[in-house]
Amino acid sequence: MSLEKFLNQAVSSWMSAEGPDSDIVLSSRVRLARNVRDYKFPIVFSSEEGQKIIESVYRSVEGQHFSTIGSLELLVMDELQPLQKRVLVEKHLISPNLANNSVLGACILSENEEVSIMINEEDHIRIQCLYPGLQIAEALKVANEIDDHIEQHVDYAFDENIGYLTSCPTNVGTGLRASVMMHLPGLVLTHQMGRIVPAINQLGLVVRGIYGEGSEALGNIFQISNQITLGKSETDIVEDLQSVVAQLIAEERSAREALAKTSNIELEDKVFRSYGVLSNCRIIESKEAASCLSDLRLGIDMGYIKNISKNILNELMILTQPGFLQQYAGGPLRPDERDVRRASLIRERLNLEQ
Amino acid sequence: MLCQECNERPATLHFTKIDNGEKTMMHLCQQCAQEKGEAFMLNSAFSINNLLAGLLNFHNHVQQAEQPPVVKKEPLQCEECSMTYQQFIQIGRFGCANCYETFKEQINPILRRLHSGDGTHNGKIPSRIGGGLHLRKNIETLKQSIQELITREEFEKAAEIRDQIRSLEKQLDQRDEGGN
Repeated sequence: MSLEKFLNQAVSSWMSAEGPDSDIVLSSRVRLARNVRDYKFPIVFSSEEGQKIIESVYRSVEGQHFSTIGSLELLVMDELQPLQKRVLVEKHLISPNLANNSVLGACILSENEEVSIMINEEDHIRIQCLYPGLQIAEALKVANEIDDHIEQHVDYAFDENIGYLTSCPTNVGTGLRASVMMHLPGLVLTHQMGRIVPAINQLGLVVRGIYGEGSEALGNIFQISNQITLGKSETDIVEDLQSVVAQLIAEERSAREALAKTSNIELEDKVFRSYGVLSNCRIIESKEAASCLSDLRLGIDMGYIKNISKNILNELMILTQPGFLQQYAGGPLRPDERDVRRASLIRERLNLEQ
Repeated sequence: MLCQECNERPATLHFTKIDNGEKTMMHLCQQCAQEKGEAFMLNSAFSINNLLAGLLNFHNHVQQAEQPPVVKKEPLQCEECSMTYQQFIQIGRFGCANCYETFKEQINPILRRLHSGDGTHNGKIPSRIGGGLHLRKNIETLKQSIQELITREEFEKAAEIRDQIRSLEKQLDQRDEGGN
């Protein structure tokens, strides 16, 4: 069964492949919010309406084979086990909101997991494209293609003056949210994030932790995205984000250089201590794991550690989440059991490298 | 009652979370609550929707202060999905596309503030349903270029563009007739 494949082949292409600037940018994501004309939005619609939305969206892409992403499969939330949904959330393929709170929620997922079309989340349609490294423009291009394709069959709620109409007014206009996941240990270690975050906010961009709104910056991973969706064109939004990301990449690189110059041995010590913890621990909490994985990845990027592949951070950050650990164990686990599992999974994964 | 996270231990802690007017109950055991604890304490405090609700409320208060409540007006309500403005303020989300029309006067100034700028869509236009709009935008740009050509005294080119505009306008007329 192909769902099994989705869940068991834990590593999606955005986690394993390497993209441009992937020493700092882990992934790029673009999301387009769309609604169908003459249907009430998911927060108030009838189940009949919800069902019709799923059918008409799925019909518009069913059997289509998009050149770059492969074939598409429909997953209906009510038919999935809680654990399966949790795994999809941890892989960033669906939102927690779709998994837990949606009525008649569904998701159309591409074979390579780069594209997921969420149905009946906050809006009727949310097209999401996820790519490794800094590839926002590429992600936008693919999202636009799918959008054009759906639009041939579905009438969108659109207004001449305020653009695509969305349930929440913070998305109206382009319905576009572009975001980039960045690993910024250098800026954190040199205590610069406190200065940088307000500056980024001033430019109409938001900085958040790895699992979105309100989440902590686990493992020095930050998510940067646009806030403004109305008034600017899609290209302008993406270019503005890209230019800020480019500056952050430059600042992170110079912070790393400065660290190497001023406290090389301390940094090397920190990296190898974390490496030691990860390769020997028998119990590890997710917070500690995230911070050690961040150190390890920094060590790989800076050349202290040579025999480990770079994507270990992206991979293990996802694979050590509670849902995945339980999937890996084949059943529910208590938090203390999870910490043991997490430790053994990390050790096993590191062993594969040798 | 069993803990809804692990489904093993009895639930000893019961949380009621009210998020954007939606009430959710959680029944957890000590262990699961501890693990989830940080996540939901953080989540509830500060989200875009809460910020938005704050902005909407603020707007409301200012209006009330300016106009003393002499006459009590009928609460504004959307005809399509029967959402009221009060409900919208609480949830931070609209019930249907028509709400944007119903609450136009209230929401437009807020949109301008939320998105900084003039509050007009400047991005993609759906190709099929936005067809007429595409033509109109094209005509607008062509008209602008005609002015430039005239000031540069390139009359032949200007004439070509004029013909283009005429044919586009014809298409637009036919479209509007066909639509009605």
